[in-house]
Amino acid sequence: MLKIENLHVRIEDKPILKGISLHIKPGEVHAIMGPNGSGKSTLSHVLAGRDGYEVTEGTVIYKDKNLLDMPPEERAREGVFLAFQYPVEIPGVSNVYLLKAALNAVRKHHGLPELDAFDFLQMIKAKTKLVEMDEKFLYRAVNEGFSGGEKKRNEILQMAVLEPSLCILDETDSGLDIDALKIVSDGVNSLRSADRSFILVTHYQRLLDYIKPDHVHVLAQGRIVKSGDASLALELEERGYGWIDQTVGVAA
Amino acid sequence: MSATNYIERYQTLASSLSGQNLPWLNTLRQLALGSFSASGFPSPREEEWKYTNVTALEKKLFAPLSVSTPTTVDKEWLETHKLADTWSLVLVDGHFVPELSDLAGLPDEVIATGISAALENQPDRVKALFGTSVGTESHGFLAFNTAYFSDGAFIGIPAGVNLQKPIQILHVSTRNEALSNTRSLIGLSKNAEAKLFETFVGSPGISYLTAAVTEIHLSENADLDHYKLQVETDKAYHFGGVYVKQEKSSRFNQHNLTFGGLLARNEIHTELAMAAECEMNGLFLAKGRQHVDNHTLIHHIEPHGISRETYRGVLADRARGVFQGRIVVHPQAQKTIAEMNNRNLLLSEDAEIDAKPQLEILADDVKCSHGVAVGQLDPESIFYLVSRGVDRETAKNMLTFAFANEMVEKIGLESLRGRVQEHLLNLFPQTGIRRDWL
Repeated sequence: MLKIENLHVRIEDKPILKGISLHIKPGEVHAIMGPNGSGKSTLSHVLAGRDGYEVTEGTVIYKDKNLLDMPPEERAREGVFLAFQYPVEIPGVSNVYLLKAALNAVRKHHGLPELDAFDFLQMIKAKTKLVEMDEKFLYRAVNEGFSGGEKKRNEILQMAVLEPSLCILDETDSGLDIDALKIVSDGVNSLRSADRSFILVTHYQRLLDYIKPDHVHVLAQGRIVKSGDASLALELEERGYGWIDQTVGVAA
Repeated sequence: MSATNYIERYQTLASSLSGQNLPWLNTLRQLALGSFSASGFPSPREEEWKYTNVTALEKKLFAPLSVSTPTTVDKEWLETHKLADTWSLVLVDGHFVPELSDLAGLPDEVIATGISAALENQPDRVKALFGTSVGTESHGFLAFNTAYFSDGAFIGIPAGVNLQKPIQILHVSTRNEALSNTRSLIGLSKNAEAKLFETFVGSPGISYLTAAVTEIHLSENADLDHYKLQVETDKAYHFGGVYVKQEKSSRFNQHNLTFGGLLARNEIHTELAMAAECEMNGLFLAKGRQHVDNHTLIHHIEPHGISRETYRGVLADRARGVFQGRIVVHPQAQKTIAEMNNRNLLLSEDAEIDAKPQLEILADDVKCSHGVAVGQLDPESIFYLVSRGVDRETAKNMLTFAFANEMVEKIGLESLRGRVQEHLLNLFPQTGIRRDWL
């Protein structure tokens, strides 16, 4: 699905990622954990194609294609989805309008016809149930006046509608209370499948209580300093990130 | 610079102007002519015209048509500019054309006709309204209009009448290098209610000058929704002034939608008596080298008045926009509520906006606020949409449309709202989206 090799990224003159390598197979869930400033969000943004990052070295191959060559809209159409840490509010553009525009763009890319109005609405309404969202949210402006939890649920709704192959969740658990966390996690779990992979970027272990990862990687100072299975997350929870920083210090 | 060319040219037509036999009108025309001869068209040296230079007009000579000539308007094209389910009053090149208008079924007591006809048939009623709303305001365009107006609409709605359908005044220009110089008078008597929709259009490709002055008088507790849709050609010059006098407890709800013209100036001025209310909503879009100037003025002269003003501008390419919004709260006008907000979106590095809110508050017990913002499309929002698979151009258009559409949503007239949305979607196309998804 995704092969990241020796990825170096900087913002202006400041190196942020200093040689990341990561292989993700179809159906796998990878958690990327690490302290603030370790480069977690940079990694998700670079994969989604956000401006302002300069890749100075390394490659990212997604489904046998060079991901870094694609503009962000093409990545999205090819099945890369980023659930934002801070979803943007867009006054005047309704949720249903964005979903329609996005879904049509993706379908067109794959040579599929537009869904007709009836089928589209049926499908969307079914998906709103998945994230326990009231249908009236469909007709509200994208994220405008939504609570933190509503915004994150809306991200998962978009994900459910677009049915991506690679889902990147950037700190989706931040700012969520336990009920919202559970709803979001249930939504994500229901989307897990043999041909869909996930990258969960998170600071805390608690998201992983609900979405069980196959692999856990610890990112610190722009490098993956430790990889393991789900038990690594528990260890981090117990010991904090302090010992990781020491490890990096020794390695450097 | 002077307006000599215009004056020489127009004097030859003086004898064909309407209302020749009316001394009061002749006097007004003579005074106005004197004033126009002295000042010419407004100059950027005048404070209120600082951002808009119309001196180019003096080098051109837009020719008026002296009498209503048999019209050759493409009727099918004309129909596309008519709004469904309205009464219509069509002015072609500055003259009322009854054959193209549709006033059937208008209540008998309501007057809706051309001002030339009214000057012949009921000059006293015209005299009673003429100049009452323009009041003491004066500048070159107003003088030019008074001196030389050829025709216009005359609408009188008697006390207590509530018109069930809107009246559309369709200002049409059909000839290259022509002038449409009209004066329209609208009077609503006590408790009357109406919706008025003025549209300005020109035959595709032509260059012309529209100078349209609309005076509106609202008696006690009268209620008028006034819509102005300006979609002149991109070579047209447009001056459109709407001057309103609001008596006690009257309501004036205005939407100024301005999309056309090479150079356009909108003036919307009102004066509020005791407990009168006005709402002014404006949306202006300009691209290419268009120049659009919006000049609003609200006088609160008595207590308890309410005014709410919201203007949005979208400027692309090398277009230039102006928003001058002035609110004067006179010393007697205690308990006034006045809000003004203007937001502008610049879509290119070369686009420009001059935004100038002016609040002059001379009373001490009032609630007044104003805000102005100028910005560009938010890169975060663009990335968000693009990251969902929407192409960059469509993403920008979606955001621009959304910004403008928030003003369109305020339009109470559903058929007009649909048209304006259609127009916006044509300007800012969004792949794969149809109107039913708005």
